[in-house]
Amino acid sequence: MVKYRVLIGKPGLDGHDRGAKFIARLLRDEGFEVIYTGIRHSAEEIASVAVSEDVAAIGLSSLSGAHLKFFPDVVSELKSRDASDIRVLGGGVIPDEDIPILIESGVETIFTPGAPAADIVASFRKACEAHQKENEGNY
Amino acid sequence: MKAQELLKKWKETTLAKVIARFPERKTEFKTGGNLPIPNVALPAEVDENYTSTLGMPGEYPYTRGIQPTMYRGRFWTMRQYAGFSTAKESNERYRYLLSQGTKGLSVAFDLPTQIGYDSDDKMSIGEVGKVGVAIDTLADMEVLFDQIPLDKISTSMTINAPAAVLLCMYVAVAEKQGVKAEQVNGTIQNDILKEYIARGTYIYPPKESLRIITDIFEWCGQHTPSFNTISISGYHIREAGSTAVEEVALTLANACTYVDKALEAGLDIDVFAKRLAFFFNASNDLFEEVAKFRAARRMWAKIMKEKYKAKDPKSWMLRFHTQTAGNTLTAQQIDNNIVRVTIQALSSVLGGTQSLHTNSRDEALSLPTTESVQIALRTQQIIAHESGVANTIDPLAGSFFVEQLTDDIELKANKIMQDIEDAGGVVAAINDGFVQRIIEDSAYEYQMEIERKDRVIVGVNKFVVKENKKPETMKLDPAVEKNQNAALKHIKQTRNNDRVSETLNELRTAAKGTANLMPFILAAVKEYASIGEISNVLRDEFGEFVSKSI
Repeated sequence: MVKYRVLIGKPGLDGHDRGAKFIARLLRDEGFEVIYTGIRHSAEEIASVAVSEDVAAIGLSSLSGAHLKFFPDVVSELKSRDASDIRVLGGGVIPDEDIPILIESGVETIFTPGAPAADIVASFRKACEAHQKENEGNY
Repeated sequence: MKAQELLKKWKETTLAKVIARFPERKTEFKTGGNLPIPNVALPAEVDENYTSTLGMPGEYPYTRGIQPTMYRGRFWTMRQYAGFSTAKESNERYRYLLSQGTKGLSVAFDLPTQIGYDSDDKMSIGEVGKVGVAIDTLADMEVLFDQIPLDKISTSMTINAPAAVLLCMYVAVAEKQGVKAEQVNGTIQNDILKEYIARGTYIYPPKESLRIITDIFEWCGQHTPSFNTISISGYHIREAGSTAVEEVALTLANACTYVDKALEAGLDIDVFAKRLAFFFNASNDLFEEVAKFRAARRMWAKIMKEKYKAKDPKSWMLRFHTQTAGNTLTAQQIDNNIVRVTIQALSSVLGGTQSLHTNSRDEALSLPTTESVQIALRTQQIIAHESGVANTIDPLAGSFFVEQLTDDIELKANKIMQDIEDAGGVVAAINDGFVQRIIEDSAYEYQMEIERKDRVIVGVNKFVVKENKKPETMKLDPAVEKNQNAALKHIKQTRNNDRVSETLNELRTAAKGTANLMPFILAAVKEYASIGEISNVLRDEFGEFVSKSI
């Protein structure tokens, strides 16, 4: 069975990474290969690491209210690197009304506080499977 | 000894001294049913064990509280953390809070300010005014404290890496109001070690950061003797997922590191130690939290008296601010959070806090609305004025359970502090990730308990309802960043830029040497040098800390 590679990133200046670290460890326990970039990275850095590490999906976490800026930025940075096959998922303190805007910008799924771990794992798995399908032969 | 004898002695000495200057709130305290309430309840017989582990309020080892009157003298300071958007809007919120009965301000800065970037820096895009108020220059601070008398109001500022800059701005604003530096009162958080461990707003590497902190201790000792130079914070360590025991252990270990550095720099312990303040979290487990506050007080008293040989009793006293636990708030059924906050606030009052921030019910969704902030403040006021818990001191003392928990927390926290010392001290333990791992392991375990439903979170993994109506949330003006940048541009055009360059160059020279940086930062601030310009000079000289990826 393939081991899916995913990247967990904290874009912007927000230092609240309890959630990001939890997701990183959870996914590892569930058999994913996980790279956690640490806090304070630009959208550009996150996209660039994602491409060079050849990940299938990126999980972004933001609790500072800057998600409307950074999540779409990561999507477009991936696009400019011709890497739109890499799925982007997001989580954090994100008001309901911002979710459709983020989805519209190309983010696959948004998780808000209280989302069950099983749902998050399932979404990453689904995103990775879709990535695998799109890149058949390379896996 | 008979309790009556101990009580009499305490009343005639420790209590009498304080009462002479600060009388109690009432001449007589009674329960709702008119039963008399003692200052402090005691067992019938008090032995050596009682006096050495608990003692009397206002007496070593301060387990029962640092003052002999505690809330019978005056209530804790109700201090609500607030700040958002621009200085003008935050100033309005502060004046509203003061009009509603809060007694001290607590300033939240946005992330660019906390990490020493100007609002127009490319690193700041998307973050300006989001989690707090944006401050670029002294001009913003003048607006922030407009019509707020800095000789009467104490201000706590949650600022760490650039604490020196914001403190200098505060002193400069006070001077403009005609208030002398020695009159200003308040606290800067200034606790960089927990930023590397848990909170993330570091700039420089540990060694250089600790130099700045020691400079602040020294300068404040001479110029702002009433200002708390640091608020050593377990709050964020707990928010990051530590247990109560780990919160106490890591906080006190950090505190010892600051004391060691100040002593190495030749400062007098009995001058700087009484300006060290603490900041703890109040979470849901009521008795554990009460025991935690009591244990922390006793541990610190012993450390300061026995390990560091401080002589002044004020150096032995652990004074602390408390905030209710943000991480326990749920986005589901948000009114339930009012109840959680009440339990948490109660634990801090039963634990003898000096000041308290109560979180608002909607903070898992956004910054709080004005209405939610009012409920949070009213929660404190109801505990203070209606519950009666503030009428006697340390009411849970002597409970077999609470005393056992207090002893247990002290024992286990001491063990962790020893482990850190064995690992080479806090800075080494941060560098190799030892401290961070302690917190991450506890955070993971806690979250997995929730996932397995071994730990019930009402409204989240049990008693779930479908909520159709979404609560009103606070919305920030999207033009904040643009307006702030325009204001900064104006300041940079109208100030004396030659003087700005001169003062920044002098700061650079000082940073290369060993002089105290504070006078140089103050000079630059008064010329309206920006926080980004000052921080960039120090970035050039000190370098930047980069977190490791995992």
